[in-house]
Amino acid sequence: MLSLNDPMILREIIMDHYQNPRNRGLVDDDSYQKVNMNSETCIDNLDIQVKLDGDKIEDIRYDGEACAICTSSTSIMSELLIGKTKEEALKIYENYMNMIYEKDYDADLLEEAIAFQNTHKQANRIKCATLGWNGFKKIIDEGEE
Amino acid sequence: MNVLNIEEIRKDFPMLKRTMHGQPLVYLDNGATTLKPQIVIDTIVEYLTSYSGNAHRGDYDLSHEVDEQYESSREVIAKFIGANTNEIVFTSGSTDSLNMIAFGYGKEVLNENDEILLTVAEHASNTLPWFEVAKEKKAIVKYIELDETGRVTLDNVKKAISENTKIISLAQVTNVLGYEVPIKEICEYAHQKGIIVAVDGAQSIPHMSVDVKDLDADFLAFSGHKMCGPTGVGVLYGKYHLLEQMKPLRLGGGSNTRYNSCGVVSLKNPPYKFEAGTPHIEGVIGLKSAAQYLMDIGMDNIHQYERELREYCISKMKQLDNIDIYNEDSTGAIAFNIKGVFSQDGASLFNTYGIAVRAGQHCAKILDDFLNVTNTLRVSFYFYNTKEEIDKFIEVCKKGDDFLDAFFE
Repeated sequence: MLSLNDPMILREIIMDHYQNPRNRGLVDDDSYQKVNMNSETCIDNLDIQVKLDGDKIEDIRYDGEACAICTSSTSIMSELLIGKTKEEALKIYENYMNMIYEKDYDADLLEEAIAFQNTHKQANRIKCATLGWNGFKKIIDEGEE
Repeated sequence: MNVLNIEEIRKDFPMLKRTMHGQPLVYLDNGATTLKPQIVIDTIVEYLTSYSGNAHRGDYDLSHEVDEQYESSREVIAKFIGANTNEIVFTSGSTDSLNMIAFGYGKEVLNENDEILLTVAEHASNTLPWFEVAKEKKAIVKYIELDETGRVTLDNVKKAISENTKIISLAQVTNVLGYEVPIKEICEYAHQKGIIVAVDGAQSIPHMSVDVKDLDADFLAFSGHKMCGPTGVGVLYGKYHLLEQMKPLRLGGGSNTRYNSCGVVSLKNPPYKFEAGTPHIEGVIGLKSAAQYLMDIGMDNIHQYERELREYCISKMKQLDNIDIYNEDSTGAIAFNIKGVFSQDGASLFNTYGIAVRAGQHCAKILDDFLNVTNTLRVSFYFYNTKEEIDKFIEVCKKGDDFLDAFFE
């Protein structure tokens, strides 16, 4: 369990994922579903790929141009959701959004993603911290239709 | 010695009393929009409170009062840029004005293979309308090459002109790099070849004195909100004979003298044929007040003081080793980055200290290829900014590496 009260640790988590993003880089593989997430109000522009194996999130990839908050939140999301079932992943998504929008959430489910717990204090960064997550959600939603 | 009493001027701007993120607001995004002095606010409120009627309509005292205010705004704006009163068309802003030039004039006169000259430094509002008109008329958009510092030079304009060139459309001060373009010389040369010159004044008119007759510009577009006026109002200047040739893009009440049921319409003369529908009356009257306010301070004083601010800021920035400046010697906005910090993260850090700066591509996306950076930070000054504010800005520049602190304080 990470200390929720130590900004230095949370800061290092973000910096680490910004400088060494995990699962970054797109793959040329038709079994992945892809979505482009281009923020209309800022520069962030990411392509996101998700590969499903039945009900399981087998892989998540992403690439593009994005700030530290957007890059690191997407990197952390990819690590968190790969290997989960769709249902588990959506539950984590829901808790992440609850945290961002200052509602009740289960910190244990979010692991390193709790680094973004202060996002609401910088309202202009909410879009950055949710762009990748919403790309994932969009792919899952489109798959359901 | 500075001729402006900045301390007194700052009292005119109620926005300067507010805070942002718990700190006194340091507003350095004047290229985006400017703050409004109390006199502009009062003038608008006065219209809404005391003589809120329509213009060019009723036959009663109130309507006459509105007419007088509205039409005297045209006189003040004409004086502000050295035009004749009947050459001033009120629009919704620079974008609207530039679209009117492209679709109302350009589309009328351009033929297949005619050439329109732009630069890669233009704002989207001075490129996208021309792209569309070129497509419709099978005309061709070409670019004037920038020199190695990013400037537009008369020599490069000459090189870009061919016998098919019909229109040159340029910003007087470019949007991202902030260089002043030699419009007067370009007009003189272009006119010898029968080429029409349209000028985007969005970033120049608020900051320097401009005389359209001296420049001999054929068209000029600018916005009210970038010069202490309200949003949603702007100006199209055109030489009268060109306005006569130009087609209005919107038709309706107020733009026609009479029409019959067979569809025979006679339009009014310029500028009225371009102002169909009830105009943005409080906007126009507010813009008049803004222009008067600026003229009272003096455009040359404003220009000189802003240059001083810019030079001061550049000299301080150059003392820091973590800053890349992209247009050190221009006169407009400063485009820069904090080394190793994505521009948006940088802007967020400034926000934490109450400082408004812009991050992004600044609506000039094709310039990326020239600067070799995909995005920058931008600070742009106005005459109410101070050296003390720049000092605060510089202190935050120094904190660049700690940009994530903004996320945790």
